[in-house]
Amino acid sequence: MHARTEAPQEQAAVWPEEIFAILQRYDVRQVPYVPDAGHSQLIQRVLASSNMRGIPLTTEEEGVALLAGAWAGGQKGVLLMQSSGVGNCINMLSLTQIFRFPFLTLVTMRGEWGEFNPWQVPMGSSTQGVFELSGIHVLRATHPSEVKDVMEAAASQAYNACTPTAVLLAQRLIGTKVFVK
Amino acid sequence: MSKANLLDRREVVSTLLADRKDALVVAGLGASTYDLAAAGDNPRNLYLWGAMGGAVMMGLGLALAQPDTPVVVVTGDGEMLMGMGSLATVGVQKPKNLSILVLDNEAYGETGGQASHTSASADLVGVARACGIPDAKAISTLGEIESFAKAMQDPSSGPRFANVKIDAANLERVLSNRDGTFIMNRLRGALGHAPI
Repeated sequence: MHARTEAPQEQAAVWPEEIFAILQRYDVRQVPYVPDAGHSQLIQRVLASSNMRGIPLTTEEEGVALLAGAWAGGQKGVLLMQSSGVGNCINMLSLTQIFRFPFLTLVTMRGEWGEFNPWQVPMGSSTQGVFELSGIHVLRATHPSEVKDVMEAAASQAYNACTPTAVLLAQRLIGTKVFVK
Repeated sequence: MSKANLLDRREVVSTLLADRKDALVVAGLGASTYDLAAAGDNPRNLYLWGAMGGAVMMGLGLALAQPDTPVVVVTGDGEMLMGMGSLATVGVQKPKNLSILVLDNEAYGETGGQASHTSASADLVGVARACGIPDAKAISTLGEIESFAKAMQDPSSGPRFANVKIDAANLERVLSNRDGTFIMNRLRGALGHAPI
């Protein structure tokens, strides 16, 4: 894992706690993830929780299939990944239309705000388009103060209306990864 | 393409599920889904017609949500090869109520019988074991399928994995339902979950 710079607006990173609280309120039980530094605080909270199960994956598409199975068994889930993982999911995203289950994914963005690594830029640039072509509704949070409202809307439409939804957590929000000090 | 002494896939699946009780069954796309349909329709069947590589993960999500109920994934070698990483994910979670049975004809039967990697060098039993599923074995007799069927009913003794080398004959398709929302909501209903 690599450190990120602190986003200027926040020192204590309140927004991951707000996301966690909303997931708790919706009784989300299965949390598959491919790690990303931007999700590390939330992943720690999930792994320490007694009623949520954090499930590390080998590739992001596993998480889409897992959440379909979880819903078949009566549980809600959320998939945590980085923008580079969205492309890995494309065919499996068919399941959101085929099964019409409550799909929610939280995606930390790379390749869009002061990115150092050019290899992140192509997938980061097409993340929203890939989701929309796949029938997933996209919401975005760019500033710490809007995460809670965006997350509230996303969870509501995903879990109450079975509207498959992705929340893009902007690179500006999570901080640009530092490679060279 | 029939070879002597290899098991018939329909007989394997019908033996596996002859006394399934409350078991939940996920079938991988293609012939495995037809085998499950041929063994008898059941609200607790999750038939897949796509999402190749996802069968084991759907079984895992289901098994974690229903820890007291046996969950069995029946899928083919091609589907399993595409989702091989999911065996590593199962190895980490170790769901005690999950069983995985691969029907291995060493070929992509649905698309013309092209050879799969298991016909040459890939050993799925070895993969499962190396991924942290110690109860992984190769099965070659119906008696072993009966033992597997008995073992999978115990939701406290998994996960387990078996690879069955089967006859590569292409059998007549037995079509299951293919409306995903129907299949999903019927299964949820059987578990007592109301529609949203």
